[in-house]
Amino acid sequence: MSKNVLTLSNVTMQFGGVVAVNNLSLEVNEGEIVSLIGPNGAGKTTVFNVITGVYEATNGSIELNGQTLLSNYPKGKMKKLYAGENKGLYTKTVVKTPDQITKLGVARTFQNIRLFKSQTVFENVLVARHLRRTSNLFTATFKLNYKEEAKMRSETLELLRIVGLEDVKDEAATSLPYGKQRRLEIARALATEPDLLLLDEPAAGMNPQETDDLTAFIHDIRDKFKLTILLIEHHMNLVMDISDRIYAIDFGKLIASGTPDEIQANQKVIDAYLGVTEDE
Amino acid sequence: MLEKSKKKINLTVSTILIILLLFGLYLMELFLSPSNMIFIVLQKGVIYALVAVSMNLLNGFTGLFSLGQAGFMLIGAYTYAIFTIPNEARTAVYQYFGGGLIKFNLPVTISIILAGVMAAVFAFLIGLPVLRLKSDYLAIATLGFAEIIRAIFQWNALGPITNGSNLLRKFPSLDSTGFSKWIQKITCDIFGKTGNVTGATIYAFIASGICIAIIVLLINSTYGRAFKAIRDDEIAAEAMGINLAKHKQIAFCISSFFAGISGALLAMYQTTIQASAFKSAMTYEILLVVVIGGIGSITGSCISSFLFIAASEWWLRFLDAEKYVGGVKVPFLRSGFRKVVFSIIIMAIVLFYRQGIMGTRELTPAGVWNWFKKTFIKSAPKKSKEA
Repeated sequence: MSKNVLTLSNVTMQFGGVVAVNNLSLEVNEGEIVSLIGPNGAGKTTVFNVITGVYEATNGSIELNGQTLLSNYPKGKMKKLYAGENKGLYTKTVVKTPDQITKLGVARTFQNIRLFKSQTVFENVLVARHLRRTSNLFTATFKLNYKEEAKMRSETLELLRIVGLEDVKDEAATSLPYGKQRRLEIARALATEPDLLLLDEPAAGMNPQETDDLTAFIHDIRDKFKLTILLIEHHMNLVMDISDRIYAIDFGKLIASGTPDEIQANQKVIDAYLGVTEDE
Repeated sequence: MLEKSKKKINLTVSTILIILLLFGLYLMELFLSPSNMIFIVLQKGVIYALVAVSMNLLNGFTGLFSLGQAGFMLIGAYTYAIFTIPNEARTAVYQYFGGGLIKFNLPVTISIILAGVMAAVFAFLIGLPVLRLKSDYLAIATLGFAEIIRAIFQWNALGPITNGSNLLRKFPSLDSTGFSKWIQKITCDIFGKTGNVTGATIYAFIASGICIAIIVLLINSTYGRAFKAIRDDEIAAEAMGINLAKHKQIAFCISSFFAGISGALLAMYQTTIQASAFKSAMTYEILLVVVIGGIGSITGSCISSFLFIAASEWWLRFLDAEKYVGGVKVPFLRSGFRKVVFSIIIMAIVLFYRQGIMGTRELTPAGVWNWFKKTFIKSAPKKSKEA
């Protein structure tokens, strides 16, 4: 049994009266590729936003490599409003900001591509090296960190070569074709030296050929960078091809988990995707 | 290797240009009358260039729309003045406040740096609550802060320090620094007389030049890249591990630091200062310089700063004077007409150059050379390096 990289325990995210994620527990082990699937509006991206600290979960805890990323319980107005489960289970509050979480080794891509629009491909990746700097404001301004700077640049170049974007490194990021922009976003995430990579619908808007390439690409970077990957995806071919395990959620609740074969055969998942007629 | 040698050439050319510029300024001081308009334009222009670049660092490179620049300049100007008024002059300056509270003074250079530090300290404190705001709200909050600062500095209860709403004067100006004594001595050694040389313009250029150079270095460093990332997409920047609060605070403090220094230089240029001069209209002037030069272009800010000062102080002055041609009064020419023409020019510039004169490009010696080659030597390669 390989060790746990990410553990979510009883995570509930409630916005006002709406429970977007309800009592979700999941585990991602080292070196695995795990998929999170579910119909539209099931709360998948919310799970990502909770893991990366964009949202502060209402209740529950998240651990990365044994380190607490989040631990929270309903407070203030939420005390009365809270509609989730396991209300009294957590008593500690640990909240980390997205940049701290990235520093600890979680990198992500976005569902709607968020590249730095005014910058070149090279600069987009280079800026992600900023968080691993050892220079301070003074040494950086007066170029006393030139060795580190040179290292940053060569590493960035190397990374671009690995992901196959070296030839377009000086082009504006937004001028790339869609598939390459996705790739660039992944490269940028890799530049932060993550242990865990979160991919939010990496194949959205791709044709079957590009999707196949992406599958190979994800396998490739997992092996090269010794990554653990959690991904959200709607392309079932990709999900079934690539995943070691799958978690299926609907209305914020976990409805099934297991290997691709198990999920395919799971009645609840089929119902969630196809709908059930109640009056039969 | 090619890149390295190119860099070297660029550096050499820049150094030569800077030396030529300073030498040219020296010759101008030597041969032109000190009351020549060109000196006013050059001195005020370079000071405005510094404050415009500092504003550009914030508005153009970090994407924080702040309008507090005049407030920070005021802090800088007052800090400089308060610490450099000679002790024997304090009784005269603080005549309503018993000679003032501060009875010592500091060297000019240290006071200028202290002016920046003071502005940065204020910026840090203001930044704690204010930097949580976004775009327009941040602009309103910083604008409000600048107005409050102005009111506080005019407050009579602080009179022993700030001289209330009265002028501060008699502090060392641009032409009475140690540098100007030095350059006068050298001139005396060479030509046997000092002539008109004061070194004022050269001093303003050197001081502003160093500051602008530091800002450029910062923008080209890893921190500068982080600033640009924040400007382009805050959410993505944070997901890339950039601490938003910290980096915004850094940009805000550094921008204010240099605004404070330019305030001190402005005080030296004006020879007297009064808090009521640092109105929000001043911030708008600076914003205008930044927008016309191109938000996100350092050289653009510098160029437009000189153009702005030249136009408002010199070239368009004639529009304010009534004039008679052959006994007939020329229509429109009267006090205030200059501003009308000025506004029309600005509107035209904004209409035809949507992103300002320079956009986000920078003017470099190599860029100019390439442009020159492209325009005048037909066979040259077409690719421009002006990026």
